[in-house]
Amino acid sequence: MDKNIFRGISYLRDGVQGSLIIVIFLALWELLPTVGIIDRVFLPPVSEVAMALVKMISSGSLIDHILISLQRAFLGFALAVLVAVPLGILMGWYKLFERFVDPLIQAFRNTSTLALYPVFILFLGIGEASKIAILFKAALWPILINTISGVKTVDPLLIKSARSMAVSNVFLFRKVVLPSSIPSIASGIRIGASIALVVLVAAEMIGAKSGLGFLIINSQYNFMIPEMYAAIVILVLLGLIINYALVWLEKKATGWKEEINI
Amino acid sequence: MALNNVNLEIRKGEFMALVGPSGCGKSILIDIVGGITQPNGGKIYIDGKPINGPALDRGIVFQGYALFPWRTALENVEFGLEANGIPKSERSAVAKKYLSLVGLSAFEGRYPYELSGGMKQRVAIARALAYDPDILLMDEPFGALDAQTREILQVELLKIWEETHKTILFVTHSIDEAVFLADRVAVMTARPGVIKSIVNVYLPRPRLDEETKSSPEFAKVRYDIWRLVKDEVAKSQQEVSYEMSVQSDLAEKVGA
Repeated sequence: MDKNIFRGISYLRDGVQGSLIIVIFLALWELLPTVGIIDRVFLPPVSEVAMALVKMISSGSLIDHILISLQRAFLGFALAVLVAVPLGILMGWYKLFERFVDPLIQAFRNTSTLALYPVFILFLGIGEASKIAILFKAALWPILINTISGVKTVDPLLIKSARSMAVSNVFLFRKVVLPSSIPSIASGIRIGASIALVVLVAAEMIGAKSGLGFLIINSQYNFMIPEMYAAIVILVLLGLIINYALVWLEKKATGWKEEINI
Repeated sequence: MALNNVNLEIRKGEFMALVGPSGCGKSILIDIVGGITQPNGGKIYIDGKPINGPALDRGIVFQGYALFPWRTALENVEFGLEANGIPKSERSAVAKKYLSLVGLSAFEGRYPYELSGGMKQRVAIARALAYDPDILLMDEPFGALDAQTREILQVELLKIWEETHKTILFVTHSIDEAVFLADRVAVMTARPGVIKSIVNVYLPRPRLDEETKSSPEFAKVRYDIWRLVKDEVAKSQQEVSYEMSVQSDLAEKVGA
């Protein structure tokens, strides 16, 4: 009984501690433009933004933008995972293959993603394909690099130990190399997803007629400032949700790892 | 070259310990016998047949446990069986038997990070025993453990050895450990390692911790081996100090 109360109090305390800074931030956002310290034309109070958000949701336009953005992000990102993970595994496992393709990969990797966007538009047009391609290109590298390093940095003692049990190469790969590189691959995927989201917004701002990036830039052009902030808020929330979902997945996939609390 | 002209014969069912100064190639010898390192020359025979790579007639236990962190204790013990196509239900039963032999039945569902060093090494021993090899190769298996755990595991290993009748080659840098465990102790020279001599240990079995270690015979064998090892340690130390003096000369020159 006592224990439950204590636990309840500690949850409450954690909750308050965790959200206090957000509450202060929102309070300042409301207060500063209302009092006039910040020009409310450039930063409307949070209540105004919230109202705009509700209006956009009820009219249905926001949902469409969110869905199209998510669709692009997902396609580009999923394609990157599908290519980068197998390629990274091959490169990590076959040293000769890595040495062969690495120079090209290094060159592409160090080319700014957005610098290539005009090229993508040139080839793929202004439609969905060019956006998916640019997202793919952006998300590919972190996943690829992490997968390669995951495969390459398997503890040699584990390989030795497995070899001493007369395992086949296929077994060694499936049961030792792959599971031990999962954490590295998972964090590559998480980084890839967050980069994909950043590039998505930029790409939608440069050349799109829909999506959250377009919504932000278009609201700004038309001086619909509360709507602009509403779209930014949605983007932040999406980023948070995706990141937490991936962190959760990563934890699920690496449940055998000791949790380090610093 | 780490090893040179090593000639060692181990009898079936024997507990052979191998001591020598650090870096004399003891661990490499284990790797070669285990078949995971190819020697530049020479041959290893088991029952008259030359070995050709790793096989399930030999099991290795490493100092660093080498447990697969994503597998539970039970799944770790199953590894060798799984790799060689034993069906799930059968290997699980075998693994449970060996986990209970090392006293860890209650921990079969734990991941390695949830186990202490001593427990991890027990799991590793169970894993090496699970596919029933004739020979157990142990490379300083208790080297990373604290003194108390080490002594407990020594006694347990002797029990397991008496129950399972394995041939054991046990590398250690502890002379006490070698004398307490082994039928014979092989002493290696400093690099390149050669077998310097083999000392018989005629202490009665079953050996019990305090009784055996406090007996005068124990002290005598221990002293004999210590004398043999001492010169070799001195030799390998000399090499180190020579290298250091060369470095300090260089440092002076650079300084001037």
